[in-house]
Amino acid sequence: MFENLSEKLDKAFKVLKGQGSISEINVAQTMKEIRKALISADVDYKTAKEFTATVKEKALGQEVLTTLKPGELLTKIMKDELAELMGSSSSELNLNSKPAIILVAGLQGSGKTTFCGKLAYFLKNHNKKSPLLVACDVYRPAAIDQISVLAEQVSAEVYKEIENKDPISISSNAVKYAKKNNHDVVIIDTAGRLAVDEAMMTEITNIKSSINPDEILFVVDSMTGQDAVNTAKAFNHRLDFNGVVLTKLDGDTRGGAALTIRSVVDKPIKFIGTSEKMEGLDIFHPDRMASRILGMGDVISLVERAQQQFDEQEARKIQKKIAKNTFGFDDFLKQIQQIKKMGNIKDLAGMIPGVGKAIKDVDIDDDAFKGIESIIYSMTPYERSNPNVLNGSRKKRIASGSGTNVQEINQLIKQFSQMGKMMKMMQGGGASKMMEMMKGNNLPRF
Amino acid sequence: MAFFDKIKNLFNNNDKVSSEESSQKQKKLEKSLEKTKTSLFNKITKTVVGKSKIDDNDLDDIEEILITSDIGVETSLKIIDRLEKRVEKDKYINSDELTDILKKEIEELLVVSKDITLEVDSVENVPYVIMVVGVNGVGKTTTIGKLAHKFKKAGLKVVLGAADTFRAAAVDQLVIWSERVGVDIVKQAMGSDPASVAFDTIQSAMSKNADVVIIDTAGRLHNKINLMNELSKIKNVMNKVVTNAPHDVLLVLDASTGQNAIEQAKQFSSVTQVNSLALTKLDGTAKGGVVIGISDQLQIPVRYIGVGEGMEDLQMFNKEDFVNTLFNN
Repeated sequence: MFENLSEKLDKAFKVLKGQGSISEINVAQTMKEIRKALISADVDYKTAKEFTATVKEKALGQEVLTTLKPGELLTKIMKDELAELMGSSSSELNLNSKPAIILVAGLQGSGKTTFCGKLAYFLKNHNKKSPLLVACDVYRPAAIDQISVLAEQVSAEVYKEIENKDPISISSNAVKYAKKNNHDVVIIDTAGRLAVDEAMMTEITNIKSSINPDEILFVVDSMTGQDAVNTAKAFNHRLDFNGVVLTKLDGDTRGGAALTIRSVVDKPIKFIGTSEKMEGLDIFHPDRMASRILGMGDVISLVERAQQQFDEQEARKIQKKIAKNTFGFDDFLKQIQQIKKMGNIKDLAGMIPGVGKAIKDVDIDDDAFKGIESIIYSMTPYERSNPNVLNGSRKKRIASGSGTNVQEINQLIKQFSQMGKMMKMMQGGGASKMMEMMKGNNLPRF
Repeated sequence: MAFFDKIKNLFNNNDKVSSEESSQKQKKLEKSLEKTKTSLFNKITKTVVGKSKIDDNDLDDIEEILITSDIGVETSLKIIDRLEKRVEKDKYINSDELTDILKKEIEELLVVSKDITLEVDSVENVPYVIMVVGVNGVGKTTTIGKLAHKFKKAGLKVVLGAADTFRAAAVDQLVIWSERVGVDIVKQAMGSDPASVAFDTIQSAMSKNADVVIIDTAGRLHNKINLMNELSKIKNVMNKVVTNAPHDVLLVLDASTGQNAIEQAKQFSSVTQVNSLALTKLDGTAKGGVVIGISDQLQIPVRYIGVGEGMEDLQMFNKEDFVNTLFNN
């Protein structure tokens, strides 16, 4: 997500490469480039200035170790500083109260309602909670419908009062309802509002005082420009929120808000939104983000996500099948689905050090497996479990059924058998082996 | 009345509204840009007053002013470069002169938004089709509601197409707008093919002899290749019903978006040939300076600005007004 910034910093560091020591002169030029890169990524003007000044100071004060090139040393200093700037540790939600009340606020279009749905999903799956979603956006057309649809998608209950136009009473009624019905978390979605809209800001302050939330989360679009700081300050001033949610981080080149907000309002970024799907919510990890910005990759996130989605039982079954040579296309399909559950392929690949930059302009998308899937779906169950029976006429039938051609079928069969061999070779592996496969770029490609 | 004339009137109306209405509009625009104005102008005044020439520190301050208005590094440097050249020529410069140069510089970078009537000229006996695109949450649906109201007020028959079949309740949202404004809407079930909705909408509009069709599309991030390809598919389907449709691809940008807006404009243009912009949420503290860079680099004019959540809160973008409102005082 920060490819562009990383690229620019790479360029800036090139100035330093090949120079034996960090001097006032070579640092000054680099810092200028870094500052420009940060500003182009929408980092607040002042924050960028302060940040580069700090890095420069530390760089000049440090002895250049013989094993490190000046550029590498500077990268390390920057990484540490970036991580510190964005908050030195991740910050979890306070869910101790019964029910824990979470109030969600932000500008129009920042992604509050989508986040509420994701948070309900997240708390159900990670914290075994029973969340109640509360529809308090009584202004925007169909906002209540939207949260109702999302609630259904994540199988959470939604509390709404269609006729009631007063979000303050809706929210306090919802809390009562939650207590009565054993919901341990209440997530309150509110209308988007501008920080300069006095009436709306008073309204949300009143909601806050009437329900006394345990967590107030401020939702910010990660593409926000220099205004992010003003808005965050204004909302913080009125609500004294506990944390920030950074949405739409699956877009490109943005990171400015992540770099700035924490330092300006001194509140942690707690979550990031990484897709339109309900699973697309991640805990914010400043250190990982810092690595990412500097193009060091985010291996920990990748492995964690793989582990989360990887069904151990399923894996054991497949291993048995491989051992017995009964691994068929149905199993292959299951594996594909496992990989797909892990998220956008490009996002995943981007987490591998060095890969992010390389695939910046390559088309990898969620539908990368569509061709393969449609071929497999066009096979009979018998064919799927006995790949060896696929002869010319069967292939022809499958090709016409899947809208492909025999050549593509052959290619898939070839890759499939290679994959089978490969898997047999790495018997006994779990998620990590799958990662290896992905790294080795052995995914069948269409 | 011929369709051409109707459209022409619609946009002429914007110029020839009663002076009262016009001054109200101006006030609203001024109010919405007040933040930009005060920060930009005051800072510049503070920066330059009492100095006989712009020294490096002052230029740095101007850079800060431009950048914090989201004008962007590249465009800001371009403006500053011109200022520096001017200073080389005229050793003495006062704050008024400097403001004037800045004003002219920014105006020069803004592309004039072509009157829609010029494009409508070629459209005969078919509806004028507008396709609205943009990333998630910029205000596409709201802008369409306001646009429909604007067209209807001008006596045009409008049909809306609810081709955002992805986002939860997006169709419901547009339906509510269509009821509010009192125009027809064509919709299908959630999850149905947006291209087919667009197709149906234009066909239905033709059978109803409608003047304008506005197609809503799902918000999508411009780096999602599949979703972007879907957009060109929707666009191509329109062309099958009405030659040269869509006649206008309107990209909606959120004024609070930073430099990413330039990338948005680039990517959406590359798949749909965006020919105008709507800049929304200018009633907040956001300054919208990024459109200057977009205009300069991509030559895409800003056509509309959104200054509130009401039906009437859509105005034609006028670069003189825009820049004047930034600087007049």
